[in-house]
Amino acid sequence: MRAEQRSGSLLAAPYTAFLLLFAAYPIVFALVLVFLQWDLVTAPSFAGFDNVRLLANDGRFWRAVGNTFVFLSIHVPLQIVTALALALALNRQLVLRSFWRAAFFLPVVISGAVVAILWSNLYATDVGLINKLLVRVGLAPVPWLTDPLTAMPAIAAMVTWKNVGFYVIIYLAGLQYIPRSCQEAIEIEGASSWQRFRHLTLPMLLPQTILVITLSTINGFQLFIEPYVMTGGGPLRRTYSVVLYLYTNAFSYQKMGYAATIGVALALIIGAVVLIQRRVMGKAEAL
Amino acid sequence: MKTLRRIGLYAGLTLAALTFIYPFLWMASSTFKPPSEVGTLALIPDQITLDNYRTMWARAPFGRALVNSTLVATTITLAVLVLGSMTAYAMARLQFRGRPALNAATLAVLLVPGQLTLIPLYTLIVQLGWIDMYAALIVPYLFNATAILMLRQFFLQIPQSLIDAARMDGMSELRILFTIFWPLSKPVLSIVAIFTFMGSWNEVLWPLLVVRDQQLMTLPQLLTVFALGGGAGSVGVSLASAMVLVVPVVIAYMFLQRNFIESMAGAGIKG
Repeated sequence: MRAEQRSGSLLAAPYTAFLLLFAAYPIVFALVLVFLQWDLVTAPSFAGFDNVRLLANDGRFWRAVGNTFVFLSIHVPLQIVTALALALALNRQLVLRSFWRAAFFLPVVISGAVVAILWSNLYATDVGLINKLLVRVGLAPVPWLTDPLTAMPAIAAMVTWKNVGFYVIIYLAGLQYIPRSCQEAIEIEGASSWQRFRHLTLPMLLPQTILVITLSTINGFQLFIEPYVMTGGGPLRRTYSVVLYLYTNAFSYQKMGYAATIGVALALIIGAVVLIQRRVMGKAEAL
Repeated sequence: MKTLRRIGLYAGLTLAALTFIYPFLWMASSTFKPPSEVGTLALIPDQITLDNYRTMWARAPFGRALVNSTLVATTITLAVLVLGSMTAYAMARLQFRGRPALNAATLAVLLVPGQLTLIPLYTLIVQLGWIDMYAALIVPYLFNATAILMLRQFFLQIPQSLIDAARMDGMSELRILFTIFWPLSKPVLSIVAIFTFMGSWNEVLWPLLVVRDQQLMTLPQLLTVFALGGGAGSVGVSLASAMVLVVPVVIAYMFLQRNFIESMAGAGIKG
């Protein structure tokens, strides 16, 4: 027993040390940094509530938060619809089922940096593949990434495309839990396929839908490499994301206190949004 | 009617699959096209050239970046497997003081968004003097809370009688872990290995913060810097540099597709 105690503590010691240095300390120090001004060169100085006050009145920060909500309002519904549609298609007797699934999942395994570089070329106004296709069918080319109105929706569509395979897997897992007896019962009742979807499949998949909403929302708040590579935050700062603003403050302006304050604010916003979503969806689940 | 619907289903699936695969095929084929042809939709170039690859390779240290990325991702994956198993074994099968606290802390870590700790971690790395060192890319990832929880969950299901018998034979806890638990845990070990390696291989924000020396950059970082800094100069060259990152992943994915999907979907849901 004594020996087990000792081996246990010994085996857990490296992880404990790691947690203290790389998890506990940064969390505490994030809150300390909120009250500091620090350029990493000179000694940090106490700044009171300056960072918080600056953040509250910083139009650029709130613009980035607003941009994220624009992103989410397109990305989340689009993600649910596309993932659900593909999962329903895959949930049938299919030839080459695992091939289709693998095809949809392919962009998930590719680095976000590569996807961003690839899509900058697909979206390019004059030489981009998408505009070439539009012109071929007789439509006018669209300046996807250079028009303030289309830039963020274009990025949201791309991120949806990249992640959809992941959410298809979640829905496919949920679809397996719908009891066959329910499906047969509703068919005997003479329900149309739309009624079956609306009154059986969709309500049964609510837990998966809640998961998709939560994960795609959290993911949306982490938007960074896409605007960094594709637009630099433009045009007119319409694609500037919160993490990109945080990165710029830390890396380009050397404002550690302010960057950490943005990080803390972002964590609070994510927490609040996810809680509200869960509350609302939980009510829907109870009905 | 029924056949018509089936045809419709397969047409829809084919169209969907094309939207996911075609861009990558176009990317691959563009890297073999001369600049005059890059803008075309055709997948097979009229003239095949390796110029894009030659230019890319000459202008930035992509060979070195490939070595860096492989080194960093492999080290992290091995550490997460070995150190993570040791931790998970202790947390699942050994009684020691502080175990409940460690369990709770591990769960709590998963709830904290990465953006909160990004800047304090960065200042820590600066103060440790690790900027432009491999340590900055590797050490903060040596342990992974998601991996530890997954391993712990799996280890909990292994019968106690195996441990008792091994202890009777005088085996040390480490030997029990690596000679008895590991062979039984291959499925979970492969899941952890894949999502850890992929996470490290594709990571770009952290390297952008802690590495400035081109010789130490990982592939996604060098690729980003190269494309943004205008070093690429043309679409073909820029996409050719992306291929260095993509080709190993796609080859691995073709062989281990089921494991990839299980691993990356599972980790995303738990993490």
